[in-house]
Amino acid sequence: MIDLIKIELYKIFKKWRTYIGFIALGILIPLIHFAMVLEGERTINFMTRNIQESFVFVGKLLNTYLISYIILTSLAVHIPFLITLVAGDLLAGEATAGTYRMLLTRPISRTKLIIVKFIAGVIYSNIIVFWLAFLSLVLGYFIFGVGELLIIDGQMIVIFEKNDVLWRFLLAYGFAALGMTTVASLAFLFSSLVENAIGPIISTMAIIIVFVILSAIQVEFFQNIKHYFFTTHIMSWRLFFDEPIDIKEILNSAGILILHIFIFFSLTLIIFNKKDILT
Amino acid sequence: MNNSDKIIEISNLTKRFNDLVAVNKLNLNVYKGDVFGFLGPNGAGKSTTIRMLLTLIYPDEGNIKIFGKDLIKERLNILKKVGAIVEKPDFYGYLTAYKNLEILGRISGIEVNKNLIMKNLEIVGLANRFDSKVKTFSHGMKQRLGIAQALLHNPELIILDEPTTGLDPIGMKEIRDLIIHLSKELKKTIFLSSHLLNEVEMVANRMIIINKGTTKVEGEVKELLDKNRIYVRIDVDNAEKTLGILKLTKWSNFIRKYTNNHLEFDLESYEVPMLNKHLVENGVYVYSIIPKRSLEEYFLKITNEASDD
Repeated sequence: MIDLIKIELYKIFKKWRTYIGFIALGILIPLIHFAMVLEGERTINFMTRNIQESFVFVGKLLNTYLISYIILTSLAVHIPFLITLVAGDLLAGEATAGTYRMLLTRPISRTKLIIVKFIAGVIYSNIIVFWLAFLSLVLGYFIFGVGELLIIDGQMIVIFEKNDVLWRFLLAYGFAALGMTTVASLAFLFSSLVENAIGPIISTMAIIIVFVILSAIQVEFFQNIKHYFFTTHIMSWRLFFDEPIDIKEILNSAGILILHIFIFFSLTLIIFNKKDILT
Repeated sequence: MNNSDKIIEISNLTKRFNDLVAVNKLNLNVYKGDVFGFLGPNGAGKSTTIRMLLTLIYPDEGNIKIFGKDLIKERLNILKKVGAIVEKPDFYGYLTAYKNLEILGRISGIEVNKNLIMKNLEIVGLANRFDSKVKTFSHGMKQRLGIAQALLHNPELIILDEPTTGLDPIGMKEIRDLIIHLSKELKKTIFLSSHLLNEVEMVANRMIIINKGTTKVEGEVKELLDKNRIYVRIDVDNAEKTLGILKLTKWSNFIRKYTNNHLEFDLESYEVPMLNKHLVENGVYVYSIIPKRSLEEYFLKITNEASDD
Protein backbone atom coordinates (compact mmCIF):
# COMPACT_ATOMS: atom_id res chain seq x y z
CA MET A 1 0.00 0.00 0.00
CA ILE A 2 2.77 2.45 0.96
CA ASP A 3 4.57 1.79 -2.32
CA LEU A 4 1.36 2.52 -4.23
CA ILE A 5 0.87 5.77 -2.31
CA LYS A 6 4.44 6.74 -3.17
CA ILE A 7 3.71 6.04 -6.84
CA GLU A 8 0.57 8.17 -6.69
CA LEU A 9 2.39 11.03 -5.01
CA TYR A 10 5.17 10.74 -7.57
CA LYS A 11 2.58 11.06 -10.36
CA ILE A 12 0.92 14.03 -8.63
CA PHE A 13 4.17 15.87 -8.14
CA LYS A 14 5.32 15.22 -11.70
CA LYS A 15 2.37 17.19 -13.02
CA TRP A 16 2.63 20.88 -13.70
CA ARG A 17 -0.86 21.60 -12.34
CA THR A 18 0.24 20.41 -8.89
CA TYR A 19 2.55 23.36 -8.55
CA ILE A 20 -0.05 25.96 -9.48
CA GLY A 21 -1.27 26.02 -5.88
CA PHE A 22 2.22 26.28 -4.42
CA ILE A 23 3.24 28.98 -6.89
CA ALA A 24 0.02 30.93 -6.39
CA LEU A 25 0.48 30.95 -2.61
CA GLY A 26 4.21 31.56 -3.06
CA ILE A 27 3.41 34.76 -4.94
CA LEU A 28 0.28 35.85 -3.09
CA ILE A 29 1.46 35.59 0.50
CA PRO A 30 4.78 37.47 0.05
CA LEU A 31 2.78 40.07 -1.89
CA ILE A 32 0.41 40.47 1.09
CA HIS A 33 3.42 40.78 3.39
CA PHE A 34 4.96 43.36 1.08
CA ALA A 35 1.70 45.33 1.04
CA MET A 36 1.56 45.17 4.82
CA VAL A 37 5.10 46.57 5.05
CA LEU A 38 3.90 49.55 3.05
CA GLU A 39 0.35 49.91 4.34
CA GLY A 40 0.23 47.86 7.54
CA GLU A 41 -0.04 50.68 10.04
CA ARG A 42 -2.76 52.35 8.01
CA THR A 43 -4.65 49.07 7.78
CA ILE A 44 -4.55 48.66 11.56
CA ASN A 45 -5.72 52.24 12.02
CA PHE A 46 -8.58 51.54 9.65
CA MET A 47 -9.49 48.33 11.48
CA THR A 48 -9.52 50.09 14.84
CA ARG A 49 -10.96 53.42 13.72
CA ASN A 50 -14.19 53.01 15.65
CA ILE A 51 -12.57 52.10 18.94
CA GLN A 52 -9.49 54.29 19.02
CA GLU A 53 -11.27 56.89 21.11
CA SER A 54 -12.17 54.33 23.76
CA PHE A 55 -8.97 52.26 23.82
CA VAL A 56 -5.30 52.91 23.78
CA PHE A 57 -3.39 50.24 21.93
CA VAL A 58 0.10 49.54 23.13
CA GLY A 59 2.48 46.88 21.85
CA LYS A 60 3.17 45.61 18.38
CA LEU A 61 -0.12 44.94 16.63
CA LEU A 62 1.35 44.63 13.13
CA ASN A 63 2.95 41.23 13.46
CA THR A 64 3.03 37.83 11.81
CA TYR A 65 0.01 36.60 13.77
CA LEU A 66 -2.28 39.39 12.61
CA ILE A 67 -1.20 38.94 9.00
CA SER A 68 -1.52 35.16 9.17
CA TYR A 69 -5.02 35.56 10.60
CA ILE A 70 -6.01 37.95 7.81
CA ILE A 71 -4.55 35.60 5.18
CA LEU A 72 -6.32 32.57 6.61
CA THR A 73 -9.65 34.41 6.67
CA SER A 74 -9.39 35.80 3.16
CA LEU A 75 -8.12 32.62 1.53
CA ALA A 76 -10.65 30.23 3.04
CA VAL A 77 -12.73 30.19 -0.13
CA HIS A 78 -9.79 30.35 -2.50
CA ILE A 79 -7.64 27.55 -1.16
CA PRO A 80 -10.34 24.98 -2.05
CA PHE A 81 -9.85 25.92 -5.69
CA LEU A 82 -6.19 24.97 -5.43
CA ILE A 83 -7.19 21.71 -3.76
CA THR A 84 -9.70 20.80 -6.47
CA LEU A 85 -7.09 21.34 -9.19
CA VAL A 86 -5.38 18.18 -8.03
CA ALA A 87 -8.15 16.24 -6.24
CA GLY A 88 -10.52 16.65 -9.19
CA ASP A 89 -7.87 15.26 -11.49
CA LEU A 90 -7.02 12.16 -9.47
CA LEU A 91 -9.51 9.86 -11.21
CA ALA A 92 -10.82 11.96 -14.09
CA GLY A 93 -7.24 12.65 -15.15
CA GLU A 94 -6.67 8.91 -15.63
CA ALA A 95 -9.83 8.75 -17.73
CA THR A 96 -8.79 11.71 -19.85
CA ALA A 97 -5.32 10.31 -20.41
CA GLY A 98 -6.70 6.83 -21.16
CA THR A 99 -4.45 5.36 -18.47
CA TYR A 100 -7.35 3.72 -16.62
CA ARG A 101 -6.95 0.88 -19.13
CA MET A 102 -3.34 0.33 -18.10
CA LEU A 103 -4.01 0.69 -14.40
CA LEU A 104 -7.12 -1.41 -14.07
CA THR A 105 -5.82 -4.30 -16.13
CA ARG A 106 -3.14 -4.73 -13.47
CA PRO A 107 -3.67 -6.98 -10.47
CA ILE A 108 -4.85 -4.22 -8.18
CA SER A 109 -8.37 -3.97 -6.81
CA ARG A 110 -10.43 -0.92 -7.57
CA THR A 111 -10.99 -0.38 -3.85
CA LYS A 112 -7.26 -0.31 -3.21
CA LEU A 113 -6.73 2.09 -6.08
CA ILE A 114 -9.38 4.44 -4.70
CA ILE A 115 -7.90 4.28 -1.19
CA VAL A 116 -4.41 4.96 -2.51
CA LYS A 117 -5.51 7.89 -4.65
CA PHE A 118 -7.62 9.32 -1.86
CA ILE A 119 -4.73 9.17 0.62
CA ALA A 120 -2.46 10.83 -1.94
CA GLY A 121 -5.07 13.56 -2.44
CA VAL A 122 -5.35 14.09 1.32
CA ILE A 123 -1.57 14.31 1.62
CA TYR A 124 -1.48 16.91 -1.15
CA SER A 125 -4.26 18.93 0.55
CA ASN A 126 -2.40 18.88 3.84
CA ILE A 127 0.85 19.92 2.18
CA ILE A 128 -0.93 22.91 0.62
CA VAL A 129 -2.26 23.95 4.05
CA PHE A 130 1.19 23.43 5.52
CA TRP A 131 2.68 25.60 2.77
CA LEU A 132 0.10 28.29 3.55
CA ALA A 133 0.95 28.10 7.24
CA PHE A 134 4.68 28.08 6.61
CA LEU A 135 4.63 31.09 4.31
CA SER A 136 2.24 33.06 6.49
CA LEU A 137 3.88 32.47 9.82
CA VAL A 138 7.55 32.05 8.96
CA LEU A 139 7.81 34.79 6.36
CA GLY A 140 5.82 37.13 8.62
CA TYR A 141 8.06 36.25 11.55
CA PHE A 142 11.17 37.36 9.69
CA ILE A 143 9.54 40.55 8.42
CA PHE A 144 7.36 41.64 11.33
CA GLY A 145 8.22 39.40 14.26
CA VAL A 146 5.62 38.22 16.77
CA GLY A 147 3.28 40.20 18.96
CA GLU A 148 -0.21 40.31 20.36
CA LEU A 149 -3.03 39.20 18.13
CA LEU A 150 -5.88 41.66 17.78
CA ILE A 151 -9.13 40.28 16.45
CA ILE A 152 -12.14 42.48 15.87
CA ASP A 153 -15.19 40.38 15.27
CA GLY A 154 -18.30 42.51 14.88
CA GLN A 155 -18.79 44.27 18.19
CA MET A 156 -16.19 42.18 19.96
CA ILE A 157 -12.49 42.85 20.40
CA VAL A 158 -10.24 40.02 21.43
CA ILE A 159 -6.57 40.49 22.14
CA PHE A 160 -4.35 37.49 22.72
CA GLU A 161 -1.00 37.76 24.34
CA LYS A 162 1.80 36.79 22.03
CA ASN A 163 2.63 33.66 24.03
CA ASP A 164 -0.97 32.52 23.72
CA VAL A 165 -1.26 32.58 19.92
CA LEU A 166 1.01 30.09 18.20
CA TRP A 167 -0.75 26.97 19.50
CA ARG A 168 -4.07 28.42 18.38
CA PHE A 169 -2.67 28.87 14.88
CA LEU A 170 -1.30 25.35 14.81
CA LEU A 171 -4.70 23.93 15.77
CA ALA A 172 -6.47 26.28 13.36
CA TYR A 173 -4.25 25.12 10.49
CA GLY A 174 -4.91 21.54 11.55
CA PHE A 175 -8.62 22.19 11.40
CA ALA A 176 -8.23 23.98 8.05
CA ALA A 177 -6.49 20.83 6.79
CA LEU A 178 -9.53 18.81 7.83
CA GLY A 179 -11.74 21.28 5.96
CA MET A 180 -9.57 21.02 2.85
CA THR A 181 -9.69 17.23 3.11
CA THR A 182 -13.48 17.54 2.94
CA VAL A 183 -13.15 19.66 -0.19
CA ALA A 184 -10.69 17.14 -1.64
CA SER A 185 -13.07 14.25 -0.96
CA LEU A 186 -15.95 16.08 -2.69
CA ALA A 187 -13.76 16.83 -5.73
CA PHE A 188 -12.61 13.19 -5.65
CA LEU A 189 -16.23 12.01 -5.72
CA PHE A 190 -16.98 14.19 -8.75
CA SER A 191 -13.75 12.96 -10.30
CA SER A 192 -15.05 9.39 -10.21
CA LEU A 193 -18.17 10.38 -12.15
CA VAL A 194 -16.68 12.01 -15.22
CA GLU A 195 -13.94 11.63 -17.78
CA ASN A 196 -12.61 15.18 -17.66
CA ALA A 197 -10.96 16.97 -14.73
CA ILE A 198 -12.60 20.31 -15.53
CA GLY A 199 -16.02 18.98 -14.44
CA PRO A 200 -15.01 18.08 -10.87
CA ILE A 201 -13.18 21.40 -10.40
CA ILE A 202 -16.16 23.46 -11.57
CA SER A 203 -18.73 21.33 -9.71
CA THR A 204 -16.86 21.44 -6.41
CA MET A 205 -16.27 25.17 -6.63
CA ALA A 206 -19.89 25.76 -7.64
CA ILE A 207 -21.11 23.90 -4.55
CA ILE A 208 -18.73 25.79 -2.27
CA ILE A 209 -19.69 29.17 -3.73
CA VAL A 210 -23.43 28.41 -3.58
CA PHE A 211 -23.18 27.24 0.04
CA VAL A 212 -21.10 30.27 1.04
CA ILE A 213 -23.57 32.64 -0.62
CA LEU A 214 -26.57 30.96 0.96
CA SER A 215 -24.89 31.03 4.37
CA ALA A 216 -24.25 34.75 4.03
CA ILE A 217 -27.88 35.64 3.28
CA GLN A 218 -29.44 36.95 6.47
CA VAL A 219 -32.73 35.12 6.05
CA GLU A 220 -33.88 32.83 8.83
CA PHE A 221 -34.37 29.85 6.51
CA PHE A 222 -30.79 29.98 5.23
CA GLN A 223 -29.41 30.70 8.69
CA ASN A 224 -31.14 27.56 9.94
CA ILE A 225 -29.92 25.26 7.19
CA LYS A 226 -26.39 26.62 6.95
CA HIS A 227 -25.36 24.36 9.84
CA TYR A 228 -25.77 21.43 7.46
CA PHE A 229 -23.38 22.92 4.90
CA PHE A 230 -19.84 21.63 5.18
CA THR A 231 -18.62 25.09 4.13
CA THR A 232 -19.93 26.50 7.42
CA HIS A 233 -17.80 24.04 9.35
CA ILE A 234 -14.71 24.57 7.22
CA MET A 235 -14.61 28.06 8.74
CA SER A 236 -14.74 26.64 12.26
CA TRP A 237 -10.97 27.04 12.58
CA ARG A 238 -11.93 30.50 13.84
CA LEU A 239 -13.26 28.91 17.01
CA PHE A 240 -9.67 28.44 18.15
CA PHE A 241 -9.48 32.23 18.42
CA ASP A 242 -12.42 32.48 20.79
CA GLU A 243 -11.91 32.94 24.48
CA PRO A 244 -12.80 30.60 26.03
CA ILE A 245 -12.57 28.01 23.27
CA ASP A 246 -15.82 26.17 22.69
CA ILE A 247 -14.46 22.62 22.49
CA LYS A 248 -17.93 21.15 22.03
CA GLU A 249 -18.59 23.32 19.00
CA ILE A 250 -15.19 22.49 17.51
CA LEU A 251 -15.77 18.76 17.99
CA ASN A 252 -19.23 19.12 16.48
CA SER A 253 -17.81 20.84 13.38
CA ALA A 254 -14.98 18.33 13.10
CA GLY A 255 -17.50 15.49 13.40
CA ILE A 256 -19.66 16.95 10.64
CA LEU A 257 -16.65 17.38 8.37
CA ILE A 258 -15.47 13.82 9.05
CA LEU A 259 -18.99 12.57 8.33
CA HIS A 260 -18.93 14.42 5.01
CA ILE A 261 -15.54 12.92 4.16
CA PHE A 262 -16.83 9.45 5.02
CA ILE A 263 -19.96 9.89 2.88
CA PHE A 264 -18.09 11.36 -0.10
CA PHE A 265 -15.43 8.65 0.08
CA SER A 266 -17.96 5.82 0.44
CA LEU A 267 -19.95 7.09 -2.53
CA THR A 268 -16.76 7.26 -4.57
CA LEU A 269 -15.94 3.67 -3.65
CA ILE A 270 -19.39 2.40 -4.57
CA ILE A 271 -19.56 4.34 -7.85
CA PHE A 272 -16.05 3.46 -8.97
CA ASN A 273 -16.39 -0.22 -8.16
CA LYS A 274 -19.48 -0.42 -10.38
CA LYS A 275 -18.21 1.85 -13.11
CA ASP A 276 -17.66 0.58 -16.63
CA ILE A 277 -14.37 1.93 -17.94
CA LEU A 278 -15.19 3.05 -21.45
CA THR A 279 -12.41 5.60 -22.03
CA MET B 1 -8.16 -30.34 -26.48
CA ASN B 2 -9.56 -30.97 -23.03
CA ASN B 3 -10.99 -28.69 -20.37
CA SER B 4 -7.68 -28.32 -18.54
CA ASP B 5 -6.19 -26.76 -21.68
CA LYS B 6 -8.78 -24.02 -21.74
CA ILE B 7 -7.21 -20.67 -21.01
CA ILE B 8 -10.29 -18.56 -21.76
CA GLU B 9 -13.82 -19.88 -21.56
CA ILE B 10 -16.62 -17.46 -22.37
CA SER B 11 -20.22 -18.58 -22.05
CA ASN B 12 -23.32 -16.64 -23.05
CA LEU B 13 -21.58 -13.33 -22.55
CA THR B 14 -23.92 -10.39 -22.97
CA LYS B 15 -23.40 -6.68 -22.56
CA ARG B 16 -25.93 -3.94 -23.24
CA PHE B 17 -25.47 -0.20 -23.34
CA ASN B 18 -29.01 1.07 -22.92
CA ASP B 19 -30.84 -0.30 -25.98
CA LEU B 20 -27.69 -1.34 -27.81
CA VAL B 21 -26.69 -4.96 -27.40
CA ALA B 22 -22.93 -4.72 -27.84
CA VAL B 23 -22.23 -8.40 -27.13
CA ASN B 24 -24.96 -10.97 -27.41
CA LYS B 25 -24.68 -14.45 -25.89
CA LEU B 26 -21.08 -14.85 -27.05
CA ASN B 27 -19.37 -18.20 -26.53
CA LEU B 28 -15.75 -18.97 -27.22
CA ASN B 29 -12.84 -21.03 -25.97
CA VAL B 30 -9.15 -20.27 -26.21
CA TYR B 31 -6.74 -23.12 -25.56
CA LYS B 32 -3.23 -23.15 -24.18
CA GLY B 33 -0.72 -22.17 -26.85
CA ASP B 34 -3.32 -20.71 -29.19
CA VAL B 35 -2.83 -17.58 -31.17
CA PHE B 36 -6.52 -16.88 -31.26
CA GLY B 37 -7.77 -14.38 -33.83
CA PHE B 38 -10.74 -12.38 -32.62
CA LEU B 39 -12.14 -10.80 -35.74
CA GLY B 40 -14.96 -8.52 -36.59
CA PRO B 41 -15.66 -5.26 -38.35
CA ASN B 42 -15.53 -2.00 -36.41
CA GLY B 43 -18.36 -1.91 -33.90
CA ALA B 44 -18.75 -5.70 -33.86
CA GLY B 45 -18.24 -5.90 -30.08
CA LYS B 46 -14.57 -6.89 -30.00
CA SER B 47 -13.35 -4.15 -27.67
CA THR B 48 -16.36 -4.56 -25.40
CA THR B 49 -15.56 -8.27 -25.11
CA ILE B 50 -11.91 -7.54 -24.39
CA ARG B 51 -12.86 -4.96 -21.77
CA MET B 52 -15.02 -7.62 -20.12
CA LEU B 53 -12.11 -10.08 -20.27
CA LEU B 54 -10.05 -7.55 -18.35
CA THR B 55 -12.83 -6.46 -15.94
CA LEU B 56 -12.81 -2.92 -17.26
CA ILE B 57 -16.53 -3.34 -17.83
CA TYR B 58 -18.91 -5.80 -16.28
CA PRO B 59 -21.11 -8.22 -18.23
CA ASP B 60 -24.89 -8.10 -17.90
CA GLU B 61 -25.14 -11.85 -18.39
CA GLY B 62 -22.86 -14.79 -18.94
CA ASN B 63 -19.65 -16.01 -17.47
CA ILE B 64 -15.93 -15.69 -18.12
CA LYS B 65 -13.38 -18.17 -16.88
CA ILE B 66 -9.67 -17.59 -17.35
CA PHE B 67 -7.19 -20.30 -16.36
CA GLY B 68 -10.28 -22.24 -15.24
CA LYS B 69 -11.17 -19.64 -12.60
CA ASP B 70 -14.14 -17.31 -12.44
CA LEU B 71 -12.92 -13.90 -13.57
CA ILE B 72 -15.00 -11.80 -11.20
CA LYS B 73 -14.20 -13.89 -8.11
CA GLU B 74 -10.53 -14.46 -8.88
CA ARG B 75 -9.77 -11.20 -10.68
CA LEU B 76 -6.49 -10.37 -8.96
CA ASN B 77 -5.01 -13.87 -9.26
CA ILE B 78 -6.00 -14.02 -12.92
CA LEU B 79 -4.69 -10.57 -13.86
CA LYS B 80 -1.29 -11.48 -12.40
CA LYS B 81 -0.94 -13.86 -15.33
CA VAL B 82 -2.46 -11.65 -18.04
CA GLY B 83 -0.81 -8.91 -20.08
CA ALA B 84 -2.89 -6.68 -22.30
CA ILE B 85 -3.19 -3.78 -24.64
CA VAL B 86 -6.71 -2.38 -24.87
CA GLU B 87 -7.26 -0.24 -27.96
CA LYS B 88 -4.59 2.44 -28.27
CA PRO B 89 -2.02 2.26 -25.49
CA ASP B 90 -2.01 5.44 -23.42
CA PHE B 91 0.66 6.23 -20.90
CA TYR B 92 1.62 9.03 -18.57
CA GLY B 93 2.99 11.36 -21.23
CA TYR B 94 4.83 13.48 -18.69
CA LEU B 95 6.89 10.47 -17.56
CA THR B 96 9.63 8.60 -19.39
CA ALA B 97 9.11 5.19 -20.99
CA TYR B 98 11.26 3.69 -18.25
CA LYS B 99 9.27 5.32 -15.44
CA ASN B 100 5.95 4.28 -17.00
CA LEU B 101 7.06 0.66 -17.07
CA GLU B 102 8.49 0.89 -13.57
CA ILE B 103 5.19 2.23 -12.21
CA LEU B 104 3.10 -0.40 -14.00
CA GLY B 105 5.45 -3.14 -12.79
CA ARG B 106 5.28 -1.96 -9.19
CA ILE B 107 1.48 -1.77 -9.37
CA SER B 108 1.54 -5.36 -10.62
CA GLY B 109 3.40 -6.32 -7.48
CA ILE B 110 6.43 -7.69 -9.26
CA GLU B 111 10.03 -6.97 -8.41
CA VAL B 112 11.00 -4.29 -10.85
CA ASN B 113 14.61 -3.69 -11.69
CA LYS B 114 16.52 -1.96 -14.46
CA ASN B 115 17.41 -5.21 -16.21
CA LEU B 116 13.78 -6.28 -16.45
CA ILE B 117 12.62 -2.94 -17.83
CA MET B 118 15.47 -2.62 -20.30
CA LYS B 119 14.98 -6.22 -21.46
CA ASN B 120 11.36 -5.52 -22.29
CA LEU B 121 12.21 -2.23 -23.95
CA GLU B 122 14.80 -4.06 -26.04
CA ILE B 123 12.23 -6.66 -27.13
CA VAL B 124 10.11 -3.88 -28.63
CA GLY B 125 13.07 -1.86 -29.92
CA LEU B 126 12.71 1.09 -27.56
CA ALA B 127 15.77 0.60 -25.36
CA ASN B 128 17.46 3.65 -26.87
CA ARG B 129 14.47 5.83 -25.93
CA PHE B 130 14.08 4.62 -22.35
CA ASP B 131 14.71 8.09 -20.97
CA SER B 132 12.39 9.96 -23.35
CA LYS B 133 9.06 11.25 -22.17
CA VAL B 134 6.23 9.27 -23.69
CA LYS B 135 4.54 12.44 -24.96
CA THR B 136 7.36 12.67 -27.51
CA PHE B 137 6.59 9.17 -28.86
CA SER B 138 4.87 8.46 -32.16
CA HIS B 139 1.77 6.27 -32.23
CA GLY B 140 3.84 3.29 -33.35
CA MET B 141 6.28 3.75 -30.49
CA LYS B 142 3.42 3.91 -28.01
CA GLN B 143 2.05 0.69 -29.49
CA ARG B 144 5.40 -0.97 -28.96
CA LEU B 145 5.65 0.40 -25.44
CA GLY B 146 2.16 -1.00 -24.91
CA ILE B 147 3.46 -4.43 -25.82
CA ALA B 148 6.44 -3.96 -23.49
CA GLN B 149 4.12 -3.20 -20.57
CA ALA B 150 1.96 -6.19 -21.47
CA LEU B 151 5.03 -8.45 -21.29
CA LEU B 152 6.56 -6.87 -18.21
CA HIS B 153 5.25 -9.34 -15.63
CA ASN B 154 5.87 -12.36 -17.86
CA PRO B 155 2.18 -13.23 -18.35
CA GLU B 156 0.91 -16.56 -19.61
CA LEU B 157 -1.91 -14.98 -21.57
CA ILE B 158 -1.47 -11.89 -23.70
CA ILE B 159 -4.52 -10.00 -24.92
CA LEU B 160 -3.83 -7.66 -27.81
CA ASP B 161 -6.59 -5.39 -29.02
CA GLU B 162 -5.85 -4.18 -32.57
CA PRO B 163 -2.10 -3.97 -31.89
CA THR B 164 -1.17 -2.91 -35.42
CA THR B 165 -3.65 -0.06 -35.72
CA GLY B 166 -1.95 3.06 -36.97
CA LEU B 167 1.35 1.36 -37.71
CA ASP B 168 3.21 1.57 -41.01
CA PRO B 169 3.78 -1.69 -42.94
CA ILE B 170 7.19 -2.22 -41.34
CA GLY B 171 5.74 -1.66 -37.88
CA MET B 172 2.91 -4.07 -38.65
CA LYS B 173 5.35 -6.74 -39.71
CA GLU B 174 7.45 -6.21 -36.57
CA ILE B 175 4.38 -6.70 -34.40
CA ARG B 176 3.39 -9.83 -36.33
CA ASP B 177 6.92 -11.22 -35.94
CA LEU B 178 6.79 -10.42 -32.25
CA ILE B 179 3.47 -12.26 -31.85
CA ILE B 180 4.92 -15.30 -33.63
CA HIS B 181 8.01 -15.10 -31.38
CA LEU B 182 5.87 -14.89 -28.24
CA SER B 183 3.84 -17.86 -29.33
CA LYS B 184 6.48 -20.14 -30.78
CA GLU B 185 9.52 -19.32 -28.63
CA LEU B 186 8.02 -18.17 -25.34
CA LYS B 187 4.94 -20.43 -25.50
CA LYS B 188 2.49 -17.67 -24.64
CA THR B 189 -1.21 -17.92 -25.36
CA ILE B 190 -2.31 -14.92 -27.39
CA PHE B 191 -5.76 -13.46 -27.86
CA LEU B 192 -5.47 -11.16 -30.86
CA SER B 193 -8.28 -8.83 -31.77
CA SER B 194 -8.24 -7.38 -35.26
CA HIS B 195 -10.42 -6.24 -38.10
CA LEU B 196 -7.79 -7.37 -40.62
CA LEU B 197 -8.30 -10.93 -41.76
CA ASN B 198 -4.89 -11.04 -43.47
CA GLU B 199 -3.19 -10.15 -40.23
CA VAL B 200 -4.93 -12.93 -38.32
CA GLU B 201 -4.36 -15.38 -41.16
CA MET B 202 -0.63 -14.79 -40.91
CA VAL B 203 -0.27 -15.43 -37.17
CA ALA B 204 -3.31 -17.22 -35.75
CA ASN B 205 -4.10 -20.94 -35.59
CA ARG B 206 -7.71 -20.49 -34.47
CA MET B 207 -10.17 -17.68 -34.93
CA ILE B 208 -13.66 -16.41 -34.43
CA ILE B 209 -15.51 -13.79 -36.43
CA ILE B 210 -18.16 -11.80 -34.64
CA ASN B 211 -20.57 -9.17 -35.83
CA LYS B 212 -23.15 -7.23 -33.87
CA GLY B 213 -21.93 -9.03 -30.80
CA THR B 214 -22.69 -12.55 -32.03
CA THR B 215 -20.52 -15.32 -33.42
CA LYS B 216 -20.54 -15.67 -37.19
CA VAL B 217 -17.91 -18.34 -37.57
CA GLU B 218 -15.35 -20.05 -35.33
CA GLY B 219 -12.69 -22.67 -35.89
CA GLU B 220 -9.23 -23.49 -37.22
CA VAL B 221 -7.88 -20.74 -39.45
CA LYS B 222 -6.69 -23.31 -42.03
CA GLU B 223 -10.11 -24.84 -42.29
CA LEU B 224 -12.02 -21.59 -42.37
CA LEU B 225 -9.85 -19.83 -44.89
CA ASP B 226 -9.81 -22.23 -47.80
CA LYS B 227 -6.32 -21.85 -49.19
CA ASN B 228 -7.39 -23.16 -52.55
CA ARG B 229 -9.85 -20.36 -53.15
CA ILE B 230 -8.74 -16.85 -53.80
CA TYR B 231 -10.30 -13.47 -54.20
CA VAL B 232 -8.49 -11.42 -56.87
CA ARG B 233 -8.73 -7.96 -58.26
CA ILE B 234 -7.73 -7.64 -61.91
CA ASP B 235 -6.94 -4.17 -63.23
CA VAL B 236 -7.73 -3.85 -66.93
CA ASP B 237 -7.88 -1.14 -69.57
CA ASN B 238 -11.65 -1.30 -69.98
CA ALA B 239 -13.87 -3.18 -67.56
CA GLU B 240 -17.04 -2.94 -69.67
CA LYS B 241 -15.31 -4.41 -72.71
CA THR B 242 -13.90 -7.15 -70.50
CA LEU B 243 -17.36 -7.91 -69.12
CA GLY B 244 -18.59 -8.30 -72.67
CA ILE B 245 -15.80 -10.70 -73.50
CA LEU B 246 -16.49 -12.81 -70.40
CA LYS B 247 -20.26 -12.64 -70.68
CA LEU B 248 -20.84 -15.99 -72.31
CA THR B 249 -17.99 -17.82 -70.62
CA LYS B 250 -17.76 -19.70 -67.31
CA TRP B 251 -15.67 -16.81 -65.91
CA SER B 252 -18.72 -14.58 -65.62
CA ASN B 253 -19.93 -16.79 -62.78
CA PHE B 254 -16.89 -15.79 -60.71
CA ILE B 255 -17.28 -12.01 -61.03
CA ARG B 256 -18.16 -10.45 -57.70
CA LYS B 257 -17.70 -6.77 -58.35
CA TYR B 258 -16.49 -4.36 -61.04
CA THR B 259 -15.78 -0.69 -61.65
CA ASN B 260 -14.51 1.25 -64.69
CA ASN B 261 -11.06 -0.25 -64.65
CA HIS B 262 -11.09 -3.35 -62.53
CA LEU B 263 -13.02 -6.53 -61.85
CA GLU B 264 -13.01 -8.75 -58.78
CA PHE B 265 -13.27 -12.55 -58.95
CA ASP B 266 -13.78 -15.30 -56.40
CA LEU B 267 -12.28 -18.49 -57.83
CA GLU B 268 -9.91 -21.42 -57.33
CA SER B 269 -6.22 -20.48 -57.20
CA TYR B 270 -5.29 -22.69 -60.17
CA GLU B 271 -7.83 -20.86 -62.34
CA VAL B 272 -6.12 -17.45 -62.04
CA PRO B 273 -3.51 -18.00 -64.81
CA MET B 274 -6.19 -19.52 -67.06
CA LEU B 275 -8.40 -16.47 -66.60
CA ASN B 276 -5.43 -14.21 -67.26
CA LYS B 277 -4.60 -16.15 -70.44
CA HIS B 278 -8.21 -15.92 -71.61
CA LEU B 279 -8.28 -12.17 -71.10
CA VAL B 280 -4.98 -11.53 -72.85
CA GLU B 281 -5.88 -13.78 -75.79
CA ASN B 282 -9.09 -11.79 -76.22
CA GLY B 283 -7.27 -8.46 -76.39
CA VAL B 284 -7.75 -7.25 -72.82
CA TYR B 285 -4.80 -5.34 -71.38
CA VAL B 286 -4.22 -6.79 -67.90
CA TYR B 287 -2.25 -4.30 -65.79
CA SER B 288 -2.20 -6.19 -62.52
CA ILE B 289 -3.67 -9.12 -60.61
CA ILE B 290 -3.97 -8.46 -56.88
CA PRO B 291 -4.96 -11.21 -54.44
CA LYS B 292 -7.38 -9.90 -51.83
CA ARG B 293 -8.85 -11.37 -48.72
CA SER B 294 -10.34 -8.61 -46.63
CA LEU B 295 -12.56 -9.33 -43.68
CA GLU B 296 -15.36 -7.50 -45.43
CA GLU B 297 -15.19 -9.85 -48.42
CA TYR B 298 -14.82 -12.93 -46.30
CA PHE B 299 -17.62 -11.73 -44.12
CA LEU B 300 -19.85 -11.19 -47.15
CA LYS B 301 -18.92 -14.64 -48.37
CA ILE B 302 -19.84 -16.41 -45.13
CA THR B 303 -23.01 -14.37 -44.88
CA ASN B 304 -23.94 -15.41 -48.43
CA GLU B 305 -23.16 -19.03 -47.63
CA ALA B 306 -25.37 -18.83 -44.57
CA SER B 307 -28.26 -17.44 -46.61
CA ASP B 308 -27.74 -20.10 -49.33
CA ASP B 309 -28.13 -22.76 -46.63
